[in-house]
Amino acid sequence: MDMKDGLRIGNVELESRLFTGTGKYGADSLIPEIIKASGSQVITVALRRIDMASAENNILDNIPKNIRLLPNTSGARNAEEAVRIAKLARAAGCGNWIKIEVISDNKYLLPDGYETVRATEILAKDGFVVLPYISPDLMVARALVNAGAATVMPLGAPIGSNRGLQTRELIRILIDEIDLPIVVDAGIGAPSQACEAMEMGAAACLVNTAIAGASDPVSMAKAFGQAVKAGREAYLAGLGAISMQGIASSPLTGFLHENEH
Amino acid sequence: MSFFNKLNQVQRQDLDHCFLRTTPEDVRRVLQKVSLREKDFQTLLSPAAEPFLEEMARKAHQLTIHQFGKTILLFTPMYLSNFCINQCVYCGFNTGNKITRKQLTLEEVEKEAGSIAATGLKHILILTGDARNIASIDYLKSCIHILSRYFTSISIEIYALSAPEYKELIDAGIDALTIYQETYNPELYRELHGKGPKSDYRFRLEAPERACSVGIRAVSIGALLGLDEWRKEAFMTGMHAAYLQDRFPDVEVGISLPRMRPHAGDFQPPFIVSDRNLIQIMLAFRLFMPRAGITISTRESETFRNNILRLGVTKMSAGSTTRVGGHTNSEDNTGQFDICDHRTVSEMKSFIRSHGYQPVFKDWQPII
Repeated sequence: MDMKDGLRIGNVELESRLFTGTGKYGADSLIPEIIKASGSQVITVALRRIDMASAENNILDNIPKNIRLLPNTSGARNAEEAVRIAKLARAAGCGNWIKIEVISDNKYLLPDGYETVRATEILAKDGFVVLPYISPDLMVARALVNAGAATVMPLGAPIGSNRGLQTRELIRILIDEIDLPIVVDAGIGAPSQACEAMEMGAAACLVNTAIAGASDPVSMAKAFGQAVKAGREAYLAGLGAISMQGIASSPLTGFLHENEH
Repeated sequence: MSFFNKLNQVQRQDLDHCFLRTTPEDVRRVLQKVSLREKDFQTLLSPAAEPFLEEMARKAHQLTIHQFGKTILLFTPMYLSNFCINQCVYCGFNTGNKITRKQLTLEEVEKEAGSIAATGLKHILILTGDARNIASIDYLKSCIHILSRYFTSISIEIYALSAPEYKELIDAGIDALTIYQETYNPELYRELHGKGPKSDYRFRLEAPERACSVGIRAVSIGALLGLDEWRKEAFMTGMHAAYLQDRFPDVEVGISLPRMRPHAGDFQPPFIVSDRNLIQIMLAFRLFMPRAGITISTRESETFRNNILRLGVTKMSAGSTTRVGGHTNSEDNTGQFDICDHRTVSEMKSFIRSHGYQPVFKDWQPII
């Protein structure tokens, strides 16, 4: 593609449309290889896992300095807790990007839309670049736009489930209706599913479990990087229309042409 | 409806019948299901499920990797006090046992904290006997105040409290509660806990709910395996965990699987829980509650803990002692029970890493 196709979030222009995570790896030392293989420029990390005081166990030591850190509010059960975690992350030097995760359901880990909107409103006013994680609900997404979110991050399936784009039709509605980058955040289990999300017009995908849980995480990271690029290019190229059957000439309006011969 | 009321609806004798009536076909059907109900959990605990342990292990491993990744959270217990007015026949701290009684001074707490923190641990579990006049709420709050400078997660395993008392300790800085019912069999509970505040079965049973109702972040429950028939105890533990998760969806619910160990006193466990039995409980529970934490402590041997790394466990203790002040002081006071895996934190860390897993030291950030 000749034209530059960057993704702008806040004041940052990103070339890669794959966001990665830091959880669930057998060793944090894999993270630099994951970043390199995937081409990812944004990586999310839970503040609860960061140990600034530790000489040996600080996860941030494994994240290259040129990578945009996206701290998340994992563990927050309501807006107030999310706001406090975001402020702790900023005070700890993790920057002003924040991924809001407000989860008050530990069984399915589904996000709480109402609390997420409240937290977004408070944090956006406070100068944060807010990337909220939600179930793909149009009304919540609209409220997030009004609250000052920088993106909307709908789930494709429950987090960590690797079940793919189960919420495809709802994500499609968000892509059509919401004037912010739509980043598909959870549930993507295979590169083909990330590719499909990008073909649909998603601005980016965030993938963690499918990479961390693979037998060869580095190769899987590379595969996801390629899939996201391919999906984006296909979207920009304009996919042909899909039909369930072969289309004959014009069975209903063919008579209009009869006198033309 | 509290869990006490729910438990009253279960007829223990019917459970025996259900365990024995379960067929291999029932087990196969459950292993095909995506989400399991209580009845399915019971099926996986039955004798008919024993030949399916390998298949259960494969599923449990896969679910654990999906939910938790290749990680094991490490923590260590810190005994603050062994004064106790209970007469739990299976416990080394039983008031009738002639052991040296000790409670750490705040200076000693600081010293222990520094020694443990030097190993890199950030999660601490504090324990006391049941003597609220000595190891009082105010004493605990003073200890928590000190410990919060060294650790990012402070759990308690102490006598059962009222809801306002739990709230007081949460406000002071604890985030998690471990409390074992010991046995879910009320008659047996009465026999084993003759005297002292712990003899109130219902007050103990409802302790986790009280803590959840005032905002605790995580609870871990369990039965002391060996006191009663393990299938029933495991089933009730699972029911209790599922009840808590359903009623308090924002709380991280987990279970521990403590097997009885040698201790001061002459009580011997009436029921043997073999390695195979313990693994069946762990696998059945993982399949029943994929998101729940499972803790295996140093009560278990090095070999056993090494072998179960990939079978669903998510939390392990390390560098443990069950003596008051045991992290810094070699003076003799008797521990609550004998531990079996004596590895240091550093040795556990190396072992976990050598198997492609990550030892996690910090997984909570106080947000007060």
